[in-house]
Amino acid sequence: MTAPTTTSAVALDELLRRLTGDEKHSASAHSTLDVIWVLYDRLLRVTPDTADAPDRDRFLLSKGHGPAAYYAVLAAKGFVPDDWLDDLAGPESRLGHHPDRLLVPGVEIGSGSLGHGLGLGVGTALGLRAQGILTPRVYVLLGDAELDEGSNHEAIAYAGAIGLSTLTAIVIDNRSATHGWPGPGGIASRFTVNGWSSVTVDGRDHDAIHDGLTANQPGRPHVVVAVVEEKE
Amino acid sequence: MRDSFVATTTALLADDPRTALVLADISASAFESAARRHPDRVLNVGIREQLMIGVGGGLALTGMRPIVHSYATFVVDRAYEQIKLDLGHQGVGAVLVSVGASYDGSTAGRTHMSPGDVALFDTLDGWTVQVPGHPDEVPGLLRAAVQHDDPVYLRLSSQSNRAAYGGDTRLQVLQRGTPGAPLVVAVGPMLDPTLMAVAGLDVTVAYTHTPRPFDVDGLRTLAGSEVIVVEPYLAGTSSAIVSRALSHVPHRLLSLGVGQAEVRRYGSPEDHARWHGLDAEGLRRSISAFLG
Repeated sequence: MTAPTTTSAVALDELLRRLTGDEKHSASAHSTLDVIWVLYDRLLRVTPDTADAPDRDRFLLSKGHGPAAYYAVLAAKGFVPDDWLDDLAGPESRLGHHPDRLLVPGVEIGSGSLGHGLGLGVGTALGLRAQGILTPRVYVLLGDAELDEGSNHEAIAYAGAIGLSTLTAIVIDNRSATHGWPGPGGIASRFTVNGWSSVTVDGRDHDAIHDGLTANQPGRPHVVVAVVEEKE
Repeated sequence: MRDSFVATTTALLADDPRTALVLADISASAFESAARRHPDRVLNVGIREQLMIGVGGGLALTGMRPIVHSYATFVVDRAYEQIKLDLGHQGVGAVLVSVGASYDGSTAGRTHMSPGDVALFDTLDGWTVQVPGHPDEVPGLLRAAVQHDDPVYLRLSSQSNRAAYGGDTRLQVLQRGTPGAPLVVAVGPMLDPTLMAVAGLDVTVAYTHTPRPFDVDGLRTLAGSEVIVVEPYLAGTSSAIVSRALSHVPHRLLSLGVGQAEVRRYGSPEDHARWHGLDAEGLRRSISAFLG
């Protein structure tokens, strides 16, 4: 198993190649990789040993398709053994093209069908609050196309209305939504109009991602729009 | 039954810090005092039913026991994929409590009817479905449901039998025919019209408020060669389960319940019961024709 603290970008590349069998594409082919790496490497208060601790931070991958970057980071951080990466979606594999929380240690939600993670994240944040567990943050990663699903807008409006300050949404924007999110303010405006704080960052710049993720304000949920290359 | 649900839930919220109530405006005014006392555990998300189930799933993921409530058509039909994925696929449960199932909301029309809710749960794994026939059956069922973490659907109706039955989840015999007599199983509020319908007939009548999991052992013990199931939701919803349970014996099965066709009429629940053949007279007609 790779030692969590010594994993370099090169090692992560190796894990991704092992997972996808793709020798040509580098890590940059994965739109979510940098955000997920920054979360697990610098922000999330969760380790393989605390994966079930009530006061851990939660990371919910709502955009469940294309989870290669997620699996690679989970392997790099020791949540799953590296050799799980060798048989993606095979008959004996615990890693599929969409992650299943009952099969993969450290995975908070099973996802794949779009538009489920943010509602689950709102409920998770409320459940922690109701139990007086006030330190964890709940991070939910979505895609810009996923925002088409109306269920997200139910969650965005409600979380804003109740000022759910322990919730952070991250939208990976690779301009894949069929009709886009036009107008002043773009994606972020769909959140801020409901009372969220927002930051839009370069989704490949680790320091910018980190600064964006830590720019949440008291009394309101926070969204980070992470802009990456347009989907080919 | 709704009053009984409100009173029991209000008490549960006070007694058990693990319980939480998720609403989508429906019944919110009835829970105003509970919401004032437990603002972190009485959550009205507004008219957002997808979110209502998602929030329930998230609460359960943190170890709480959510009670999620609305009209059947909104909490079940509309939020079906959330029930499948935000609860079932996550491996967590909730207590979903509906009102206005089938044609209780007849004057509101088809948009407020849900005769297919129990059939939808039959497409999912592990759900207990409970259909009380009297308000006094509600507190016990609800209190038992919040004691564990499994998924439970509690289907409340404005139709009621005159008396409460069913201390446990097994079939309860209320009228015993001669050995081998046809067995009539009545679910929830169908009991009283069924008892009226079979007056004078040599049949055994058994009652259940818990059609899922169906008491197949009780069914096998009581059934002769003729079985009639009277359900307050889509006719035939339980026929696959009954057929499977009785696959080892030759039998004939009559499944009575709400018809599939949209009636496209308003009127009262009594009118709809008559149109679907679920009043005493209609049931008598169907049962007599079946028994010949």
